[in-house]
Amino acid sequence: MIAKQFLVTGLLWAFIGGSLSIMFRLQLGFPEMSQEWLRPLLGDWINSSGKIDPEFYLALVTMHGTIMVFFVLTAGLSGTFSNFLIPLQLGARDMASGFMNMLSYWFFFLSSVIMFASLFVETGPAGAGWTVYPPLSAIQTSISGAGFGLTLWLISMTFFIVSQLLGGINYIATIINLRTRGMSFVRMPLTIWSFFLTAILGLLAFPVLFAAALLLVFDRSLGTAFYLSDIYIAGEALPHVGGSPLLYQHLFWFLGHPEVYIVIMPALGITSEVIATNARKPIFGYRAMIGSLIGISVLSFVVWAHHMFVSGMNPFLGSVFMFLTLIIAVPSGVKVFNYLTTLWRGNIVFTPAMLFSIGLVSLFISGGITGIFLGNAALDVYLHDTYFVVAHFHLVMGAAAFFGMMAGVYHWFPKMFGRMMDNKLGYIHFWMTFVGVYMVFFPMHYIGIAGYPRHYYSWTNFDAFSGFTDLNQFVTIAAIITFSSQLIFAFNFFYSMFFGRKAPANPWRSNTLEWTTPAEPGHGNWPGEIPTVYRWPYDYSKPGAIEDYIPQHIPYSMTPGSNLPHENELADREKDDDAIVVDDTNKH
Amino acid sequence: MQHTQFLQPDQQPLQPLAMHPRKFIVWLFMVSIFMMFAGWTSAFLVARSEGDVLNIELPSLFTISTVLLVISSVTMHLAIRSARRDNLQGLKLFLGITLALGVVFLAAQWTGFARFMEMDIYFVGGTAVQSFMYVLPFMHGLHIIAGLIFVGLVLYRAYRFKVHSKNMLSLEMCATFWHFLDALWLYLFLFLTLNA
Repeated sequence: MIAKQFLVTGLLWAFIGGSLSIMFRLQLGFPEMSQEWLRPLLGDWINSSGKIDPEFYLALVTMHGTIMVFFVLTAGLSGTFSNFLIPLQLGARDMASGFMNMLSYWFFFLSSVIMFASLFVETGPAGAGWTVYPPLSAIQTSISGAGFGLTLWLISMTFFIVSQLLGGINYIATIINLRTRGMSFVRMPLTIWSFFLTAILGLLAFPVLFAAALLLVFDRSLGTAFYLSDIYIAGEALPHVGGSPLLYQHLFWFLGHPEVYIVIMPALGITSEVIATNARKPIFGYRAMIGSLIGISVLSFVVWAHHMFVSGMNPFLGSVFMFLTLIIAVPSGVKVFNYLTTLWRGNIVFTPAMLFSIGLVSLFISGGITGIFLGNAALDVYLHDTYFVVAHFHLVMGAAAFFGMMAGVYHWFPKMFGRMMDNKLGYIHFWMTFVGVYMVFFPMHYIGIAGYPRHYYSWTNFDAFSGFTDLNQFVTIAAIITFSSQLIFAFNFFYSMFFGRKAPANPWRSNTLEWTTPAEPGHGNWPGEIPTVYRWPYDYSKPGAIEDYIPQHIPYSMTPGSNLPHENELADREKDDDAIVVDDTNKH
Repeated sequence: MQHTQFLQPDQQPLQPLAMHPRKFIVWLFMVSIFMMFAGWTSAFLVARSEGDVLNIELPSLFTISTVLLVISSVTMHLAIRSARRDNLQGLKLFLGITLALGVVFLAAQWTGFARFMEMDIYFVGGTAVQSFMYVLPFMHGLHIIAGLIFVGLVLYRAYRFKVHSKNMLSLEMCATFWHFLDALWLYLFLFLTLNA
């Protein structure tokens, strides 16, 4: 239930965040166009010449980033699937604390309401970028987007952090304490592993963001000088001295970088599950997959300064961070190759979920490769703050995580709502989105290499950036097409929720425990006893097996045909275990 | 469901970190609180390295409050021992003392802020390092208030005969959290003594 609340809220945010991006893309692609038709929606933010107000443009970019990163891809993605899959795939009746779980959603809801309200305040929503760097953000009067809108932004993010911590703590406690009998750590589906590590990252990173944000609140509202020093406004020095805006960047990116893995890792976990199921093959290198997730998690905490290469840091320090950054390519590469080798000669079933998972792998490669460029301190001096960066992170973390979320929705929709989504609409949605995303972000690499800076309201005033107008128009049109294809998904989602074909118990013939529950699991998830787990979750197409999949709760003693020698020993031990169970039940 | 849960430990070797999920949740909360303070203390170091050296001497009041908090940890432990031996009178007594010491600690911290002002160190108007002298004890104090509410709840439960040797969960969680707050303050105290 809480998972569905997260999902629907997240999807609503996705549409809000997406439509904001269409507004600013229109401005970038067609700077001459009259936006008068948006006046009913935006009111005075359309200025007298029929254009989006430049300050409101900044607010659009800021809110697009905030909404997409936090509300859609953090809460909507891991909030949905962690809450949904952790108890079901582990064989738990419920989360460790149902109450905290509920609090986690309602804090998120409260934070959503505040963030949504901030879109409508008079001075406009926060406009200091989703990273809200001081000094711009620390002085309320610096721009209109640093006023009341940003105050609401900070309050909303505080509640968001509380929500994430409550959720994350609950996920970790559930995974460690409430696994069913036989569900050892190395029998957990990779989805669970990814949610587990994501929650740990959140637990370690979000408090630091809170620490940073609180100091920012002090600076803004109480007049302290944590991030401010030697600021002159209209020739007058502000009283704040002794602070450092770079301090904020350090604190922020100590969260900020793990945050991108908080976004992508659940998507990678979902992909592992969907690809193995639909390639009808065991995941290639299960332990390597876990190892690489752990590797990514650890590394994510020691690379934050690669967002700050041009902040004047010691070049030696820069090369240390560059080295650590480039090492992330290793676990990421391991994952990509494992996905490819899982697909290799698999008996692939192209469900929409599978297509989105393969799409994720593709986007992860294309976006990951540009990560190697950007992680390079020397190249970053040139490429930082250009559209090259925009293209990079939208592919590798934005679109890829979004694809993971879509894969998850298509894959687990039958379990969530007891009905199937329409496949044909799913295919149309996938192909339009997949082609569309590349059409939007591929040209941005060129624009970025040509030096086009981010956050600019308009390039036409600069001789250096007067070229590529056609390319920018192309990107905008592609963005509109991509966004409209999401409407197909919305229709499919809500229509199928009520009128879809009834789902069979295990539509994808999958191994994990959630498919052993009744079509729509009620309270307690399993009506009878919780199933015991005897094997890992990836026994697909096992030689000698009767079917091409063996669910986790099937004991080895029931599959003599396909057992390997050491599994026959396990089968013997299973009998002993069962004997003990009988004894114990008699005793009580 | 209860049934199968109770059977588990008999049949399987004890799993890593096997403890009551709620207790584990307390530990996770402590991790996140620690990360928050780690953020602030490292921010303090960065702010100081920007050339803002002040040689602030901590008011001696902070030493006294530190001692108070350590004693309250001891009484908390005594409360646990009493509860294990079903000495309910002792349990209530020691929990009460812990609660009182916590309140006195807060008062001492608050007076400590007044000493700071006498030393011309202000939260607003000074440098980042000066502001940090307020932020760290203040945020710790907020957590102490949370801890005191927790202690109060357990004390209330103790009066309702709900805390005894067979029902230690709430008390143990409370004690863990209280010791953590104590250790956190010791860390902050040493940190400020060495770095301010």
